[in-house]
Amino acid sequence: MSAAAHSVVEPTPASKRIAGAIIILYAVVSMVPLFWIIATSFKTPPDSIAYPPKLVFTPSIEGYCNLFTTRTRQTAEYIASLPPPENFCDEVTRKRNMVIAGPSNFLPRFVNSLIIAFGSTFCAVFLGTLAAYGFSRFKVPLADDLLFFILSTRMMPPIAVAIPIYLMYRELGLSDTALGMILLYTAVNVSLAVWLLKGFIDEIPREYEEAAMIDGYTRLQAFRKVVLPQATTGIAATAIFCLIFAWNEYAFAALLTSGTAQTAPPFIPTIIGEGGQDWPAVAAGTTIFLVPILVFTILLRKQLLRGITFGAVRK
Amino acid sequence: MAEIRVENLRKEFGTFTAVQNSNFVVGDGEFFVMLGPSGCGKTTTLRMIAGLELPTSGKILLGGEDVTMRRARERDIAFVFQLFALYPHMNVRKNIGFPLLTQGVSKAEIRRQVEETARLLRIDHLLDRAVSGLAGGDRQRVALGRAIVRRPKCFLMDEPLGTLDTEFRDLMVHELRELHNRIHATTVYVTHDQLEAMAMADKIAVMNHGVIEQFGTPQEIYDRPATMFVADFIGSPPMNFLPFHAGLARGSREITVLGARVAVPEVREDMAPADMALGFRPEHIRFDDASPLRGSVYGTEYLGTTQIVAVETAQGIVKARIPAEQSFQVGESVGLALNTARLSLFERGSGRAVSTALHGGGARV
Repeated sequence: MSAAAHSVVEPTPASKRIAGAIIILYAVVSMVPLFWIIATSFKTPPDSIAYPPKLVFTPSIEGYCNLFTTRTRQTAEYIASLPPPENFCDEVTRKRNMVIAGPSNFLPRFVNSLIIAFGSTFCAVFLGTLAAYGFSRFKVPLADDLLFFILSTRMMPPIAVAIPIYLMYRELGLSDTALGMILLYTAVNVSLAVWLLKGFIDEIPREYEEAAMIDGYTRLQAFRKVVLPQATTGIAATAIFCLIFAWNEYAFAALLTSGTAQTAPPFIPTIIGEGGQDWPAVAAGTTIFLVPILVFTILLRKQLLRGITFGAVRK
Repeated sequence: MAEIRVENLRKEFGTFTAVQNSNFVVGDGEFFVMLGPSGCGKTTTLRMIAGLELPTSGKILLGGEDVTMRRARERDIAFVFQLFALYPHMNVRKNIGFPLLTQGVSKAEIRRQVEETARLLRIDHLLDRAVSGLAGGDRQRVALGRAIVRRPKCFLMDEPLGTLDTEFRDLMVHELRELHNRIHATTVYVTHDQLEAMAMADKIAVMNHGVIEQFGTPQEIYDRPATMFVADFIGSPPMNFLPFHAGLARGSREITVLGARVAVPEVREDMAPADMALGFRPEHIRFDDASPLRGSVYGTEYLGTTQIVAVETAQGIVKARIPAEQSFQVGESVGLALNTARLSLFERGSGRAVSTALHGGGARV
């Protein structure tokens, strides 16, 4: 369908320019915090708290050094007695009268985040796709009630059930485990996944599967070879929404994880406490934390756009 | 290739009966058309033959084998859908080859068969194109290719030309029939378009409200409609009906309608007095001033070689198809002469045709 079919009045050059200006303005405003975080991550600690704030500064990766290491304060004599620094991080740490004691917990926490977010996204999308297909194609008894029940799990903020879940998890031994967090985020996301994907699968004519089944395929084969390839847009869009939720989730992570299964969101603020207010390290953690979602979203941006406008545009 | 036999087939959806007790046999290599208005049960019947719906009761035999409860993939049939159902994520070659892929056919063999099929349908130049860019007719050919590549026992087609524009439809009707003449595959074709049905079918079943009203060749259905529904559904304009109330006796050759005596084919059954109708096709009327059947011209519709003249009678409008040269004034009084040998008599209550010398009567099949 051509663009003209959607709009009766063609936009004039002037209105296009105004629309463009508004979009640019909005983009700039919303990117200021992002820019601030990234800039701060490359500042030295003194630069990061300088007033007025420095827009021009000498970039340093000290924040990143501090993010990935733990350091201990030493006397100047001890530091002078050490062999020459092996790398930039050694050097910059010694300048602050400290030595690197070992790696920090950031990397394992970041890996936890990756495992839990991607794991729960996979589970939610997998379950959601199958459930949506079932609701879309079969006569499920009480289908409308079940769908409403699934939707109703999103009618309150998830944190409203935090205390029961905390107690349940403690009893079940799921506190502070990756499995527990994957289950939790899957449970929250699966309702979104079922509803979004049902919309997409409803739009795939069932003749495709029928054709495949007549041509000698089982229903499962037809689902895999004919339905899934056509549902990729919906699956990708759903996966992004689920991933963003699971990746950003703070409240449950702070409540239910403290050690081995802790994710990055509750960990990053704890960096502040270690040896003064180390803003560059916090900013560095946040910057790295942004990367996976950024990459995932850029990879799937076309699908995401269609996911947001789904239903509005017909193929 | 195989014969299709449908016995006492019935399908209910909850309280709605989509198909009531259908019986018919499609001979090996026949082109069979199920014709009827939308919602008459023709597509449901087709889907039961395909195995996409299971019947409530009754039997379906393919080549003598009972397949009633078998899965679609175990029936060895091919189905052409109204919207083609070409897989959008595959190109033409993969679409046509898809049914072979699951049968363990070697890649080289799939390639050979796909190319042979494409040549048969004259789409071999399109094999590596995406299906989304194809024109309607070519999509139709790809859908046909996917159906015939496997050489199934029979083809089932659900209004496959329904979405094409008129001009293209005529071409595809011709192509489909030509294809059928070449490969002689048993075909069940569903349509609501009587012209398609007449042009292609060896046998037609006319369906209405889940019931097969008549089963027969296109000529039988046109010339000797078994019910008033069939008479009305087939033909453009449809058959004219003039109502009368009378009893009929075996051997009688005359009825009274519009106050005039009209000769009819010899009646072959006795009937108690009932509401009846005299049925005749527009082309079986001549204008004859001497005829006692009178009416006045209501309007004319010019069709080139012929014209349709609507005549208002005391019992409603009658349409006559006559040569285009004759001209009439609206309001002019005319006499109608009917072609005796081609007249049908119907019982209005049940709609069935009375048994006469013209046809054997309208026992529902």
